[in-house]
Amino acid sequence: MKTSLYSRHLALGGRMVGFAGWRMPIQYASQLAEHHAVRQDAGMFDVSHMLALDVEGAGATDFLRKLLANDVARLSDHGKALYSCMCNPGGGVVDDLIVYRLADDRYRMVLNAGCAEKDLEWLETHGVGFSINLTSRRDLSMIAVQGPNARAKALEVLPADFRHASEALKPFHAAEFGDWLIARTGYTGEDGFEVTLPNDAAESLWQALLDVAVAPCGLGARDTLRLEAGMNLYGQDMDEETSPLAAGLAWTIAWQPEDRQFIGRPALEEQRQLGDNPRFVGVLLEGRGVLRNHLPLFVGDQPIGEITSGGFSPTLNRAIGLARVGDPAAQACEVEIRGKRLAVRLAPPPFVRNGKPRIDL
Amino acid sequence: MSDLPQDLKYSKSHEWLRAEADGSFTIGITHHAQQQLGDLVFVELPEVGGNVEAEAESGVVESVKAASDLYSPIAGEIVAVNEELADSPELVNESPYDKGWIFRLKPADASDADALMDAAAYAAFVEEE
Repeated sequence: MKTSLYSRHLALGGRMVGFAGWRMPIQYASQLAEHHAVRQDAGMFDVSHMLALDVEGAGATDFLRKLLANDVARLSDHGKALYSCMCNPGGGVVDDLIVYRLADDRYRMVLNAGCAEKDLEWLETHGVGFSINLTSRRDLSMIAVQGPNARAKALEVLPADFRHASEALKPFHAAEFGDWLIARTGYTGEDGFEVTLPNDAAESLWQALLDVAVAPCGLGARDTLRLEAGMNLYGQDMDEETSPLAAGLAWTIAWQPEDRQFIGRPALEEQRQLGDNPRFVGVLLEGRGVLRNHLPLFVGDQPIGEITSGGFSPTLNRAIGLARVGDPAAQACEVEIRGKRLAVRLAPPPFVRNGKPRIDL
Repeated sequence: MSDLPQDLKYSKSHEWLRAEADGSFTIGITHHAQQQLGDLVFVELPEVGGNVEAEAESGVVESVKAASDLYSPIAGEIVAVNEELADSPELVNESPYDKGWIFRLKPADASDADALMDAAAYAAFVEEE
């Protein structure tokens, strides 16, 4: 599948790769330069492969309060966004998502591209008996504009009548203008907007952003940025077999009110009471090298866990990762790379936030 | 492949090999290889004094995206490595045939290099791949 910006990616020399059935740019000229553009100035990502899904109807709030581990009743005002896991009865994660409350009985969910199909099936199955309509919005594209100068640059080129309200948006809030949704959200650890807009308007906004020197960025930079920001990636850091409690996402579970029976609650309650969940931590390689997914971690001869997302931090110029470890107290351990043991420090993420390192090297 | 130096030999695993005046060979990865890997952030160099077999693993080049083994196109003894790559792995991206050289070896048999591809054959090989 191709997004409405596909020909723009080709024209910009994007190296296209397959991602969840979509042809997406992994990078244009340089993944490192793209990463730094977002940390230091402004970059943009085509994230139209993600699925925008509208949930509407008198039962929409009750439905989402049953389906999501976080509680949409916390969304007191229209336009507010919430991050949540959608769990299965075992407490595993079906998907993680952002949901916006657009009106009293109308929500917009943004779902991972790789999960879109199974999510739809899941939502339809569990929607039986609720007065709701689910609408896939494949008529819409999404462009994330991120970086310290992202909002200022985007405000220059957004339609004039959106500017005032968009400029006034607080973090994690969105404003709707017909089919456009301007949200002050992102997946990079920087300020910025995620702009949802009709497919036929996407190319001209993309070009306008290029014209104000917003750097086009691929999925590669998106991954190193989110890793530095300590944000989980579905399928790597958590999946249907992994509880949010084992993926650093306990903060996203709304335990109160106690009588809200969301899917997965009994299993998660039990895990919480047992209290033996693995730690989900950040890892920093003390020396040179690159951390990769699934590398094993050791204290002495004892395996204590593995890296769930490993990579290289362009901001720190060091290898970093996220890891799940069984050891409740270890501050340091070793990673095995190609048969060699190398020293690794365990530290809470994020590694970088708003352009600044958050860890001493 | 217009930027392919004519005086080098090339391997199927995308290394290049240059015959030096002192009888040693310098080895690096091709422009095509560095382009496929993307921005390099780490090069694991072989040890000077060590012996490598032909087509044996003799190091690793890692980009932000992926790790890729480095193979020695011919057998020999490692006589030098490019120490600058420890701090500046990006030299391989910026200057794959010059400042981004990776190691130098004294060949077990210099005629082994004859079996490698010349520039035209490598260009055709990359086209086909």
